Amino acid sequence: MSAKMSPSDHLRDGPDFTGEPLHEALCKTWSREPGLWGWLSTTDHKEVGRRYIVTAFVFLILGGILALLIRAQLATPESGLIDPDRYNQIFTMHGTTMMFLFAVPVMDAMAVFLIPLMLGTRNIAFPRLNAFSYFVYLAGGILLWVAFVLNVGPDAGWFSYVPLAGPEFSPGKRVDVWAQMVTFTEIAALAVAVEITATILKQRAPGMTLARMPLFVWAMLVVSLMVIFSMPAVTLASGMLLSDRLVGTHFFNSFEYGDSLLWQHLFWFFGHPEVYIIFLPATGFVSEIVQTFSRRSIIGYSAVVLALVGTGLLAFGLWVHHMFATGLPRLGYAFYTAASMAVSIPAGIQIFCWIATIWDGRPRFQVPMLWVIGFIITFVIGGLTGVMLASVPLDLQLHDTFFVVAHFHYVLIGGAVFPLLGAITYWFPKFTGRLMSEGTGKLSFWLAFIGFQVAFFPMHFLGIMGMPRRVYTYQEGLGWDTLNLVSTIGAFAFALALVIFLGNALVSMRSGREADANPWGASGLEWAAASPPAPYNHAHIPAVDSRTPLWDHEEALPVMHGLRVEERELVVTTVIEAKPDLRDPSAEPTIWPFVSSLAVTAMFVSSIFTPWAVVVGAIPVAAALTAWFWPKDNKVTPEPVIE
Amino acid sequence: MSAFLDTIQSAAGNDGQQSALVSGLFSIFLIVTAIVYVAVILFLLWAVFRRRRGESREGALRSILVGWVGVTAMILAGLTIATWLYDRELAFAANTPALEIEITANQWWWDVRYADDEASDIFRTANELHLPVGVPAHITLRSNDVIHSFWVPNLAGKQDMIPGRENDISITPLREGVYRSQCAEFCGLQHARMALDVTVESRQAFAAWRAAQLRPAAAPPNRLAQLGQAIVTGRQCSSCHTVAGTSASGQVAPDLTHFASRRTIAAGTLMMNRANIAAWIADPQAPKPGNNMPKVTLNAEELRAVTAYLESLR
Repeated sequence: MSAKMSPSDHLRDGPDFTGEPLHEALCKTWSREPGLWGWLSTTDHKEVGRRYIVTAFVFLILGGILALLIRAQLATPESGLIDPDRYNQIFTMHGTTMMFLFAVPVMDAMAVFLIPLMLGTRNIAFPRLNAFSYFVYLAGGILLWVAFVLNVGPDAGWFSYVPLAGPEFSPGKRVDVWAQMVTFTEIAALAVAVEITATILKQRAPGMTLARMPLFVWAMLVVSLMVIFSMPAVTLASGMLLSDRLVGTHFFNSFEYGDSLLWQHLFWFFGHPEVYIIFLPATGFVSEIVQTFSRRSIIGYSAVVLALVGTGLLAFGLWVHHMFATGLPRLGYAFYTAASMAVSIPAGIQIFCWIATIWDGRPRFQVPMLWVIGFIITFVIGGLTGVMLASVPLDLQLHDTFFVVAHFHYVLIGGAVFPLLGAITYWFPKFTGRLMSEGTGKLSFWLAFIGFQVAFFPMHFLGIMGMPRRVYTYQEGLGWDTLNLVSTIGAFAFALALVIFLGNALVSMRSGREADANPWGASGLEWAAASPPAPYNHAHIPAVDSRTPLWDHEEALPVMHGLRVEERELVVTTVIEAKPDLRDPSAEPTIWPFVSSLAVTAMFVSSIFTPWAVVVGAIPVAAALTAWFWPKDNKVTPEPVIE
Repeated sequence: MSAFLDTIQSAAGNDGQQSALVSGLFSIFLIVTAIVYVAVILFLLWAVFRRRRGESREGALRSILVGWVGVTAMILAGLTIATWLYDRELAFAANTPALEIEITANQWWWDVRYADDEASDIFRTANELHLPVGVPAHITLRSNDVIHSFWVPNLAGKQDMIPGRENDISITPLREGVYRSQCAEFCGLQHARMALDVTVESRQAFAAWRAAQLRPAAAPPNRLAQLGQAIVTGRQCSSCHTVAGTSASGQVAPDLTHFASRRTIAAGTLMMNRANIAAWIADPQAPKPGNNMPKVTLNAEELRAVTAYLESLR
């Protein structure tokens, strides 16, 4: 599939220009300036992805410390360890940090790093927007945590139900900080969603039709579209909340013809898809890991893709199952029960396909695969308790109890964090060029698996025994004491396992075994790039003719030639067939995304204190964006490309 | 469900018609999901540990996938229909209320009003609910401030109490006993200390309790209690609290007319006894920080007097 070179003076890659000289030339083009300036202005998706991942894990550690404080407080009845005001901040911060600053961003981060490599392209689409999204996300996280340290941490729950979170019952700035943090993370998530969608639809390697995309790519395509459709609901809701709180509107004030339930609808219209925005990327990890470690292609590829799309669609029809106790009409509830039940069908399809692939393959049980096995054992419990909660009468007993706490930790930790840790282990060579220690990895897996069950399984019983969520303490004699103590012990064991995992990652980053390009014998294009990949990813753009290119071309991957080498250029392909369509320039590094993020941060943070900040703050934002988008004097004449 | 789970605040206690129905449905779900789980795990174990032979069985596995989807869809349809049938049953169970009660939630206590067609038969109490066994009760749920949730797990599921809206729930208690209920929707600082004591008693006992509640407060039995009454009606107390039969008629705090007949103080925060009454009056912010009751400065004699008076309000 070698391209005909159109006549021009530009240096292009090709059979005559390959190997070391090409590497040097491409490095010159795609590397950034060294030093802080270069660090702040980089547009390399791998650098941005890595710092995104590291930041998300820092927030995981912070949120985890809060979880341990919660468990320490609840270990014994009538504990005076933490006062109620601080406790309410702590559980609010735990949920907010884990959902907005860890779970969603870390999946985005993995995609930002991996997707361009998996697609065989040189960089993500809109790389400057990508850099911008990271800085905005970081600023939102810093805002939340600085506020918490200053005792202005939000305390109305991660869901901020009005009227409790409204101006009358939450005076002060705590909830404003929460709502504005949401705005930051929404912008970051929407930006990444747009980049990922565009990258997947337009930058796949030639020949990688939709039906040949890796399943993680499919998962991220669905997730990105879900983000684009769901996030505006919470952006709107948090904007209305801020406006109620700061400007004096009455969107949610039922005594002025507003409606407090409106908040719940808007929040959960985002909040429920969000669960799948976290879970579907994890299923993508699982599909990739299962395929590699079973040494055979996934069984039921089309079924898995349909399951991903089906989950993405059904996810928008479930939000009311968070509101079964609010007294909406029974007939309406019947629909949401059926929809909530139905979403287990695609989940069941995926589970079956993974187990069938293991059954039919020649599995190797290295650490990433152990996380997958642990995931299946754990996640299915969470899925089945989810079926229980879909039933209105059962939910009316179990809603807002520790049964639900158990359920969603099984789904989110078992269903998303386990696969994530497997994925980190699996793609570690791509991040760092080294492999994580297998022995320490097994230790952290087993401790995490057992610690998790000890921490969360007893909560099912606590919920049935009537223990509500979000209580800072409980009385003796209700039968909850022992189970809570056991749960706390499990939580600390689980935390220790994560410390071991992160320690393993840190040590292996410096002194782990060096990895070649494809240490696991995997089949995807990311394993054709070096470990870690060069700044330009693949020297020649791979050409794809199957779902498992590296397994079908063990000698040499077919490639496409003819991209410019002295300019940042990538191939744009057609949406469905991935036929080469255009050569397109990829944005150079620039400081303006960083400057813009500072301007946006200044505007958002000061708008907590005065609405006029939106007006005044718009000026620097506009100036920075103008500089960012200032038209370039484009000397290169566009050329038709490639047949 | 096992006795281990059956406590005074447990969804596993089948002490009401509604909770018993839900327990029945839960058993169906538990059995079905347990079977599904065991099947998945067996398949997984087989996949992991089976002896490998050469050829791939992809075709067969794909056929099984189709069957698997069919089976899960049927199971889920069955559970959905079971849900609808039980929900219908619950709706019908509520059709003939014989007792009307209105509960209004406040940060962080429950205002309970027993309605009646006769105005003289209406009375208020707080943080406690008495129900006659076997009599369907219909409870209207409201909130004065933020969202709360009414939930007596032993008797029925929960319903939210939302400001500006009106919800309701029906409860038919089946077994006599003392149950504990607790707010189930996060409602702010003292969400953890917003309990409601529920007493299910025989019809006679309920009638006696009701008759007692309808009487105004007892006259202070001794000098000390008289002094206490003077303080309660003369100082800040009366601007928030009501003691029927006296001039104390505040409406924004729990009704104290038969205060000492309740099981607990301050929505389950303290058990009802002399020492705890005194401790509560001396500094309400110590056991339940952030609640709306201010500390009223009393000297030792006044504190003893108020305690004695409150203790006499049976």
